[in-house]
Amino acid sequence: MTYNLMRAFADSWGLVAMALFFVGCIAFALRPGSRRLADEAARIPLEDE
Amino acid sequence: MKFGTEIVLLSVFAFAALVAAGFGVDEPFRRHMWVLFFAVAGFTAILLRNTEFKPAAPIDPSAHMDGPIRYGAIATVFWGVVGMLVGVVIALQLAYPDLNIQPWFNFGRLRPLHTSGVVFAFGGNALLCTSLYVVQRTCRARLFGGDLAWFVFWGYQLFIVMAATGYLLGITEGREYAEPEWYVDVWLTIVWVAYLILFLGTILKRKEPHIYVANWFYLSFIVTIAMLHVVNNLSMPVSFLGSKSYSAFSGVQDALTQWWYGHNAVGFFLTAGFLGMMYYFVPKQANRPVYSYRLSIVHFWAIIFLYIWAGPHHLHYTALPDWAQTLGMAFSIMLWMPSWGGMINGLMTLSGAWDKLRTDPIIRMMVMAVAFYGMSTFEGPIMAIRAVNSLSHYTDWTIGHVHSGALGWVGMISFGAIYYMVPKLWNRHRLYSLRLVTWHFWLATLGIVVYASVMWVSGIMQGLMWREYDQQGFLVYSFAETVAAMHPYYVMRAIGGAMYLSGALIMAWNITMTILGHQREEEPMPSPVAIRPARSGAR
Repeated sequence: MTYNLMRAFADSWGLVAMALFFVGCIAFALRPGSRRLADEAARIPLEDE
Repeated sequence: MKFGTEIVLLSVFAFAALVAAGFGVDEPFRRHMWVLFFAVAGFTAILLRNTEFKPAAPIDPSAHMDGPIRYGAIATVFWGVVGMLVGVVIALQLAYPDLNIQPWFNFGRLRPLHTSGVVFAFGGNALLCTSLYVVQRTCRARLFGGDLAWFVFWGYQLFIVMAATGYLLGITEGREYAEPEWYVDVWLTIVWVAYLILFLGTILKRKEPHIYVANWFYLSFIVTIAMLHVVNNLSMPVSFLGSKSYSAFSGVQDALTQWWYGHNAVGFFLTAGFLGMMYYFVPKQANRPVYSYRLSIVHFWAIIFLYIWAGPHHLHYTALPDWAQTLGMAFSIMLWMPSWGGMINGLMTLSGAWDKLRTDPIIRMMVMAVAFYGMSTFEGPIMAIRAVNSLSHYTDWTIGHVHSGALGWVGMISFGAIYYMVPKLWNRHRLYSLRLVTWHFWLATLGIVVYASVMWVSGIMQGLMWREYDQQGFLVYSFAETVAAMHPYYVMRAIGGAMYLSGALIMAWNITMTILGHQREEEPMPSPVAIRPARSGAR
């Protein structure tokens, strides 16, 4: 694998894959109906001890 | 407790150190191996003295394992005071060069002692003990792996001792924030993998279905540091019994590797790890859930995706290709958004409970920490812009920026977490004194303000003097003139640092007295709802 090949991969498919993964993470976090689960998760530290 | 296996293994380890001390090919290595021998042999002797043959009490598998966390809290306070003291010493050395005591205590050797002391010894122990505290409580599970936590704790202390003594002996790789030589790096790798197994194992055996976001941040810190540490320290030792090694990379590749490591040490050690601390201890101390849990998840993924690319902004106007410099600059500026999202999330956790700022000095400390997180992550991207960097780079402005982040964010959030944890870990009703926390808060805050503003003035002056040309195109100032001009600021900086150190000493006293079980008799802090009765008849 040459530097140029890796460089071409990094700024095309690699970039697209990472950007899509990132957008997917954000979309999943903000999906409809996640608010209730998130509010429950936020209470986890307050319910120990 | 019997320590049979431990004692045998440590004896072998000590013997190996002794052999290395005898056969080492260079003088610093032999000395360093003597240090290792005495440290390990001394520890073995302590284990021998503490061996009891009574059957050990059965371990309650549902109870938290807090022993290593208690040790970690004490280590945090201890190394904090040591690291900050060395900081004040080197600040004074810059102002008064006669204080350079050759060869062991000159600036070149003490400076990495200070940075490693505060970042890895103080900050590292704070992360180690809080991460183990938080993961057990939010996963409702005991630490994984039995005595693995003790190995991680003592192994990490050995790393600190070996790194610190190595610097004083003049052993260094010269890589910023990664100065320890190859054999100390190998040891840290072993300890760090054990830490990862310990943390991940605890998450895997959790009883709480959801993994709380603080653990995400801690885990990202542990994983990323493992990756950064291994890649940045790829090197070939000259001899396996010698203290010198050469990097696997050369030239600009080596520089980029170092700053990929260096900036992500800031991003994942000093930011992600401490954000884990924020997401647990601020809600606990305020007794309110985090303002927006979904924002905390967005914060997490944005930090993960953006931070790793920001390193090249340390290499503006160098042999690094322009596109890489621009990449570093662009990602640094994009980091603004998640950083401020996280800051807002931390601060807004207090919405509806702002009165606690008046009544609870620990909350005040945490809020100041989050505020400094916001300020230094605002300043950082500005300094990453190439045009600004042409003024700020290599000047004291950078030092001021680092300290507003390190003293303001990392220090303050760690102090807050320690003040929260210690009474709980030792089953004390409250801290020895809340008034002393107030003293610590003001000394630390004013110390940072003095430090950062003095460094702004000094750094910008320095940068402007360096680039000042006269009409014929000659430089107006010699380098020595810029150094002389900075003397008053160096003195003021030492004063700011001394104020911060004295706050840390007050904390050490307060924590010691709390652990010993004392409570200071003092006027209580104003009560949360101070409603004055209306005076009847007064018109």
